[in-house]
Amino acid sequence: MDLGMKVLVVDDFATMRRIVKNILKEIGFKNIVEADDGLTALEVLKKDKIDLVLADWNMPRMTGLDLLKAVRSDESLKKTPFVMVTAEAQKSCVLEAVQAGVSNYVVKPFTANTVRQKLEQVFSK
Amino acid sequence: MDVKLINPFIDATFNVLETMASTKATAGKPYLKRDKTAQGDVTGIIGLTGETRGTISISFTKNSILPIVSKMFGEEMKELNDEIKDAVGEIANMISGQARQGLEEMGRSLKAAIPTVIMGPNHTITHVTNYPIIAIPFTTGNGAFTIEVCFEE
Repeated sequence: MDLGMKVLVVDDFATMRRIVKNILKEIGFKNIVEADDGLTALEVLKKDKIDLVLADWNMPRMTGLDLLKAVRSDESLKKTPFVMVTAEAQKSCVLEAVQAGVSNYVVKPFTANTVRQKLEQVFSK
Repeated sequence: MDVKLINPFIDATFNVLETMASTKATAGKPYLKRDKTAQGDVTGIIGLTGETRGTISISFTKNSILPIVSKMFGEEMKELNDEIKDAVGEIANMISGQARQGLEEMGRSLKAAIPTVIMGPNHTITHVTNYPIIAIPFTTGNGAFTIEVCFEE
């Protein structure tokens, strides 16, 4: 896992962006940007070279699932690793995200260790 | 309301606070709440829809929430502000998510709306239905908070 990669953290709650950023920094990531909904994230993805997305599901304007679908249907973005970080733990949600092409799925609440393991799984594939 | 529906919310509360804030909470005896006044200073409310309709709220006193958010952020929070308000919304969101997973295992599938948060002394909590409101009091080592659950059944 290249810790120099640029990571986009997407969540409508500043609290969760802060917690995820703190964990990513603890793991060793240095280049972290953020967005507060899916639509803003998509703009960032189209302008900037993002190597990894961690996105919430329930957000105003554009959900994490719709962001994932937009990423997977865009020729230049479709290979971007995309991890859903969400309180939506129901099986139907996980299945929907898997069908849409999610790289991994972190259920809130989570520990720093869980995030680390899920990211390692993404980059060891 | 089927009291078995309350257990997933209690379990989710313990799990969320312990995982995200290393905080152990103790639950008191649930009771029927008859007024709309919040038990705490800051309250997160989430509407639930699906097979039934309802609302859950979590209302923290200042003494209980400041240490919880301090542990979530890894820095000391000294006053109720927009950061605390945001954190309570996210805590409510996580409890709702975990509890809905538990309800799904009981054969009840529900979807959640984006939480709203109210802050200030003696604010009121409006649940989406006029059905009975079950309140569950909790304490941490620092203060009290209360979960309210109200379902249309």
